[in-house]
Parts: sequence; structure tokens; C-alpha cells
Amino acid sequence: MDDTPGSGQDFPVIARFEVRRRSYLAPDGAPLRALPSFASDLDLLLALYRGMVLTRTFDLKAVALQRTGRLGTYAVSLGQEAVSIGVASAMREADVLLPSYRDNAALLWRGVKMEEILLYWGGDERGNCSSGPPHDFPFCVPVGSQAPHAAGVAYAFRLRKEPRVAVCLFGDGATSKGDVWEAMNFAGVWKLPLVFVANNNQWAISVPLKLQTASATLAQKAIAAGFAGEQVDGNDVLAVRAAAEEAIAAARAGGGPRLIEAVTYRLGDHTTADDAARYRPPEEVQARWKEEPITRLRSYLVSRKAWGKSQEEQLAAECQERVEAAVERYLATGPRAPQTMFDHLYAELPAVYA
Amino acid sequence: MPELTLVEAVNLALARAMADDADVVVLGEDVGVNGGVFRATAGLQRRFGPERVVDTPLAELLISGLCVGMAAQGLKPVGEIQFMGFLYPCIDQLVNHASRLRHRTQGRLTCPMVLRTPYGAGIRAPEHHSESTEVMLAHIPGLRVVVPSSPERAYGLLLAAIRDPDPVVFLEPTRIYRAVKGEVEDDGEALPLDVAFVLREGRDVTLIAWGAMLKETLAAADALADEGIAAEVIDLATLKPYDEETILASVAKTGRCVVVHEAARTAGFGAEIAALIAERGLLSLLAPVARVTGYDTIVPLPRLEQHYLPSVDRVMAAARKVVGFG
Repeated sequence: MDDTPGSGQDFPVIARFEVRRRSYLAPDGAPLRALPSFASDLDLLLALYRGMVLTRTFDLKAVALQRTGRLGTYAVSLGQEAVSIGVASAMREADVLLPSYRDNAALLWRGVKMEEILLYWGGDERGNCSSGPPHDFPFCVPVGSQAPHAAGVAYAFRLRKEPRVAVCLFGDGATSKGDVWEAMNFAGVWKLPLVFVANNNQWAISVPLKLQTASATLAQKAIAAGFAGEQVDGNDVLAVRAAAEEAIAAARAGGGPRLIEAVTYRLGDHTTADDAARYRPPEEVQARWKEEPITRLRSYLVSRKAWGKSQEEQLAAECQERVEAAVERYLATGPRAPQTMFDHLYAELPAVYA
Repeated sequence: MPELTLVEAVNLALARAMADDADVVVLGEDVGVNGGVFRATAGLQRRFGPERVVDTPLAELLISGLCVGMAAQGLKPVGEIQFMGFLYPCIDQLVNHASRLRHRTQGRLTCPMVLRTPYGAGIRAPEHHSESTEVMLAHIPGLRVVVPSSPERAYGLLLAAIRDPDPVVFLEPTRIYRAVKGEVEDDGEALPLDVAFVLREGRDVTLIAWGAMLKETLAAADALADEGIAAEVIDLATLKPYDEETILASVAKTGRCVVVHEAARTAGFGAEIAALIAERGLLSLLAPVARVTGYDTIVPLPRLEQHYLPSVDRVMAAARKVVGFG
């Protein structure tokens, strides 16, 4: 039954919309349809796979460091690696990333060193003065508050006619905030080169999506701002990468913003300070493990005979080694002198503080 | 030299900054075609185009957040919030981002932005249009808070704020937008930030104020002179970081101090100044520091607002009291 106000009377329908859901690989890695063209580039697929495995290795080590008192509170991205990696892999160096606090994978992909991420979560601002692109934003902690920055960055590109794109990642909880709406609304008005990515991992700490919004999708929130939204299987790195590639190319070509809702699941706790067992049943988490992105891509690569046990063992060892070496460098970095807390407060310390 | 009102001086500084530097972008509600609700941006869009003088959607948080993003990309955005009462959605951006972007990235990203807003009571405006909550902003490390009190200082300080490599909140006293006129040379010369201005020299008592309250404070100093009291008047101008030395040097000379502000009394910026003098100028004091302030109540709607604002008489009474102390 149509419950649209005015239905049943002779009023014209003046707006309709549809939202599509993109996916290429089933949870078992089997192709569901023709794959995007980049999937023929095996080196790229292997790079995506390696990126996800490195991220997971790093994340698990970071949690271990926190549990043993050698790292502060840490937000693990377990199960969501495909979102950050898929998006970051579609960006150019000159594009600007505006990440949430859970986008370790995107930062690593863009050249931030593991020891720098550890340094930040270990309580040292120097971790944000990182080796990634110098114009990228650091982790944003106040949820969604980086979205207006992304609009400002994209506005600068537009004003200067630079062929660059701002890419802003945030979670499902952030879509409830005015910050995200205000940024999307402005981006729509000015057709900004800006791609919004909502990492819908189903949980904002303890609040499930159904208490976050009554909207059938997060992607459709773009419609009200005057641009297209798309939902993708966020555990399918090919889907994330393909959607991001298309959205970024369209934005670069002057086509305006897009919103990508990547549907995934937070397999871990919100942070190391959280215990998700208090608010969600373990059976739910167990079930979701069957959909996670790393096994999915590996199954596909194995089916293409591009991956096997020996490569897997070699990659695991290599990731362990790289992570351990980064941890050593992090732990060897001593604290700065106390007075350095005044460094970079202003361009020049005002005379009154000197 | 042409005689300008304070709001005309703001307009002149914006035009000058935009002409001098293609990175300067003005943005806010109604700043474009309409030229701003107070006309502070009049004519700018016609001259510099709708991409550099941006009519934003009605969203204050957005305006401040856009400024952060633009500034991180090397633009010099000047955002306008129509009234200070609508600035509060920007506090998140100011505290969590603008003021700390340089610090949290150790200098990798910076935030050379200005957020302008009219503030203060006395123009018979509707509710929420009359508050002076500058001390909330002055409490934020990494920010500058600047308040002009004359057309000349509006021009020079706004140019300085726009050229400053760090974020500045620029508070424009609504009550004297048009009530004072002064000669302003469009010479592109900025005035120094972080520096207080001694507007009048005197040996008997130091009167410290900023923004619109300088009007009453200077009038009080004139009238006190007729009574044989020579008041020194300091325009604090930059509230964060503020010029401690000029205050202390003046109090060392006069031994007496009255701080005047229209914001509510408790934890107002006058408390900070009184604490500074207690810490570093106690031995030069001949009388307790006095504060003449708005009351600890909601700024009343226009029928009573003149009773809320500190008057010339209240400033004079406080000055007489400290001069006559002991």
C-alpha cells in the first residue's frame, strides 16, 4: 500500500529515486557477475590482498601492545579492511584523504608508517606528522567533524581548478550528525570534487544501526543533498575499489560528489576500551566472520590459481616481520622534552608565553 | 583621509585583503549578493565574484568547518557568523580542529583562518543577538581572539588577522558598528596582534576595556579629568594571547585598576586581568582591582538592556572608589 502523502489523489509525482547495491564476489569468493576491468590486473589484486593482510597483522599487534601496556586506546579495523584499502587504492597521491579514527588501512596504503600510527595512539603528536601525503588529514576523533573539512578542501580544489579529489571516510554513526549532512548539502550545491564514504559497520559503539536511523540505506542520504549514493558490499574489496574508482573519476571530471555506503561489520570491539560482548551476542559476530573480506579475496585468488599455501605462509611471515620491526622502532622512540608541548601551538610562540 | 564607520573599515580591510591575495575567500550567510546583514561584505561579491565571496547554506558549523578545510589547503578563508549567538555550533570546530590542527600535526597542516562575528548588546536586537561570550573563546589554546574598538583598529587588526598564519576569531562590536567614525587610510598597513593600545595616558587609575565598552570608558575618562582624576585607558584589543606587560606597566604607574566589560561578571575576562595583577603587580596596587561588568544574568531583551550594560556613571563610580581607597 502506498502511504505517500497525497497518494490516491491527482497530484503529480515530482521525485523518485533508487539506490543500487554493488557486489562482485560472493562470501565464498565466487564471482557473482562480470568483474570490473581492473580485476584483470593480477598485481593490483595481490597488492589489495597484501594491504589487507598487513593491516590485520598490524591491528592485532596493536591490540596486543595495548593489552600489555605499551600502547594507548586503539580502534581496531578487524573485518573492515576492504573499505579503507579499496577506497585508498583508488586515490591519487595528490588527492586528499580525510579519515576517521578507524582507517588505519587507508593511511598505511597511502604511505604512513606503522610506527607513526603507533606513535599517535601511543600518545605522541609526532605520529601525525607522518610520511604519507603531506596534505592528508590526520585521524579525526570527534565523529563526523572532518566532513566539513573535506568540503573546504574540495572547495579549494574547485576554486583553483585543480584536478584533485577529497575523500572523506566516516562511520554509520557519523551519518546521524549534522556535520555530515551540512558537508554533503554544501558539496551538492557547489558540485564539489568530493567522495563521501560511509563505512557502515552496523555498530556505533553499542548502538546498532536500527537505532541510528530509520533510513533503508545510508546511501540514499545523498539523494536529499542532490547527488548520487550507492551501496556496496564493503567486504568485497573489488566492489569498494570499483565504486571508489568511478566516484573519484566522476568527481575529478567535474561531475560533483558521491556517497558510497560500504556495508561491512565491526568484528572487533569499538576500541580496546570497549567490550562488545556486553551488548551484542557472540553468535552474531560468529556469523559475520563468514563474510569477512580477506578470506573472500583469498578464495577468489586461489580459484584463479594466483595464490596458494606457500605464498600465504610467506606473506604472513613477511607481515609479521615488518610489523615487529615497526614496533621496535616505535618502542625505541623516547618521549620528547616536556617544553615541546608548546611547539606548534602557534607559528611563533607569542611573546607572552615565551 | 576618509571618515569611515567601523563596519565600513571592516569592509575596506576585506576588500584590501582580497585584492592583495587571491587566496583570501569570504564565506558566510548572506555575505554575497546581500553584502551581509550589517553590510560588512557589501560590494565584495560584485568585485571578486561568487566563488571568492561565497553565500553558504544556513549552517554555522559548516562555515567554520569549511574554513578549516580551506585553510589546510592554503587558502585564507574569512568566515562570517551573523551574530555571536549563532556561533556556538562552531565551538566544536574551533576547539577540536582550528586551534589544534597545527599542534596535532606538529606543523604539517596549519589553519590560517578568520571567523568574524558581530557581538554585544545595545542595538535593540531580538533575543540571542546581544551576548558577549568572548571569554569562552579566549579560553581556547591555539586560538587568537581579537576585538577592534575603532574604525582604524578594525581595519588594521582585521588585515593582521587575515595575514596571521593561525586561526583568529574576530569579534566586531555591533553597538559601535556605526556609532563611531574615524579616519582610515587604505594603506594596507596592519596593526600588531597580541598588543594592547594605550588610548589615553594618565597617572591616577588604569581603565581597561575592549570593543564597544571603550566608548563608555573613554567618556568616563573625560569626565573624570574634570574631577581631577587622570585616567589611563587601555584597549586590550587582543584577548588571546593578551598583552600582560602593557597592563602591568600601567598599573605599576597608577597603582589602581578598573576592568570594564559588558560580559557577565563571573569568570569574565576581567577575572583573568585581576588575577594577573594579583600575581605580578600586587605590590604596585594602592587599591583592590575593581570590575565594572554586565550582571550575572541573561542579557535582557531590549526594554531592559540599557540597565544591563555598564554605564559611564558605573565606570566613574568604580574609578572614584579605587582612587579614594584607603
